Amino acid sequence: MRKIKEFFIEKLILICGLASIFFVLLIFLFLLKEGFAVFKTVSPAKFLFGSKWYPISEPAQLGILPLILGSLLVTLGAAVISIPIGVASAIFIAEVAPAKLKEILKAGTELLAAIPSVVLGFIGMVTLVPWVKNIFHLPTGLTALSGSIMLAFMAMPTIVSIAEDALYSVPKSYKEGALALGATQWQAIWRVILPAASSGILAAVMLGLGRVIGETMAVMMITGNAAVLPHSILQPVRTLTATIAAEMGEAVVGSEHYFALFAIGIVLFIISFGINVTADIFLHRRK
Amino acid sequence: MNSKKSQKIAFFLLFLATLLIVVPVGLIVVIIIQKGIGAISWQFLTDIPRKGMRAGGIFPAIVGTIYLVTGAIVFALPVGLFAAIYLSEYAKDNFLTRMIKLAIVNLAGVPSVVYGLFGLAIFVIFFNLGTSILSGSLTLGIMILPVIITTSREALESVPYSFREASLSLGASKWQTIRHIVLPNAIPGILTGTILGLGRAAGETAPILFTVAAFYLPQLPKSIFDQAMALPYHLYVISTQVPNVDENIRYGTALVLLFLVLFMNLIAIIIRYQFRKQKKW
Repeated sequence: MRKIKEFFIEKLILICGLASIFFVLLIFLFLLKEGFAVFKTVSPAKFLFGSKWYPISEPAQLGILPLILGSLLVTLGAAVISIPIGVASAIFIAEVAPAKLKEILKAGTELLAAIPSVVLGFIGMVTLVPWVKNIFHLPTGLTALSGSIMLAFMAMPTIVSIAEDALYSVPKSYKEGALALGATQWQAIWRVILPAASSGILAAVMLGLGRVIGETMAVMMITGNAAVLPHSILQPVRTLTATIAAEMGEAVVGSEHYFALFAIGIVLFIISFGINVTADIFLHRRK
Repeated sequence: MNSKKSQKIAFFLLFLATLLIVVPVGLIVVIIIQKGIGAISWQFLTDIPRKGMRAGGIFPAIVGTIYLVTGAIVFALPVGLFAAIYLSEYAKDNFLTRMIKLAIVNLAGVPSVVYGLFGLAIFVIFFNLGTSILSGSLTLGIMILPVIITTSREALESVPYSFREASLSLGASKWQTIRHIVLPNAIPGILTGTILGLGRAAGETAPILFTVAAFYLPQLPKSIFDQAMALPYHLYVISTQVPNVDENIRYGTALVLLFLVLFMNLIAIIIRYQFRKQKKW
């Protein structure tokens, strides 16, 4: 009797163990199922590289290039801000800060990771957006730049925590060796530890930027949502994620617009899949 | 420039970069508390929204979020815990295990709005559950699965191997060992992961946009097949969709949401800390 019971429990454990694979496949299948139909009316090339997104005009224009470029622009801006700051503070926390301060700083970055994106979006709207508007004398502060700054803050906790792990896991003997040869702390960090941790840091940056590309609410609230080809970082833009979030409520189930929004979901899924798999390879190469 | 001096400059810059992260975080929290605390009153927390959300309270949104989060955890905890047991106790170092780990990483990386699409396609439409608390809970449940699996697995793996060997050598079966030796010792870690998952589910907006969220529904949901308001969506609505909402109400709502999420994180941190202190091995 006990044997039978345990047999079933162990099977249940195996099934749950496989659940993650099952759900990843399920997500992809359902995105395909709902989104693939758009390619009956638009060719994949036209969909990806078409420069007009007018989903409800007659006939609908379903080119997502403006949205892709919007996402890229915001992500690029966030990368420029978050990579140097994130990696630098990871170095500070891992190698320079004394133990007590280290705990406080770590708690601070964890706190940032815990703040819901809609709250960050709200704070961005009431503080950052008016600043950007006034500093650059713009008609509106809802711009790609505002989005980049806000998103940089969402990428930094990821970058800091993974890069710090990577720095921490460099064998202590490396550093000791460098110091014994007369290098200063900083020389040891810069010439020895950083290169040794480089693939982990690269993974940290990728995962941080992955978070930025997938971020939805904050970006929808502060980038202004104009689905046009962006010319400058001081213009309103619209990202892939924000388009889905903003338009799905109005799209009729089974319409071309609905299919197109799911197809954007496929694009996002593939991007995040690519980023995560590559980052994972980098993280494992380290070991 | 001599090397001592360049070290000083470099460390100063590193410190500055760290401040650039930590100071804004502190400011964000302080601003929300300072401006939101004035709105918090018994009435704000227990009344329904009135006058098109420009007055009254946020009670239905709080209740909706509690329902959603509870539903998500009821689904995600058993599946996540069993998955963690599989990875920590049964999985061999082979291709399948590598695939499972990769799937978990990917599940954690899927953009939240894509979860929303998925929930819409499978629960709302395919299983015909409609926009309901059930659809939203299941969507959030799948989203927090990676958090629960990862933290539970760490907790299980931190139980020393000798505990298992002792139990097995006394004639206990593998499952008995897991059930009576490994799990009880891993409970604080599992609890930490569960609470972190709860906090994450409570703060997410995009996955519930199309699966459950009601724009304005000044009554409490009666069953899990009803639509519901939720705090993060409510904050989004009153800050972007409804004109002329009093600043106070916006900050107040943001404060309640932030408090809820940070409170859960704080509990998780305390449990982890206490556990580390008491650990006997």
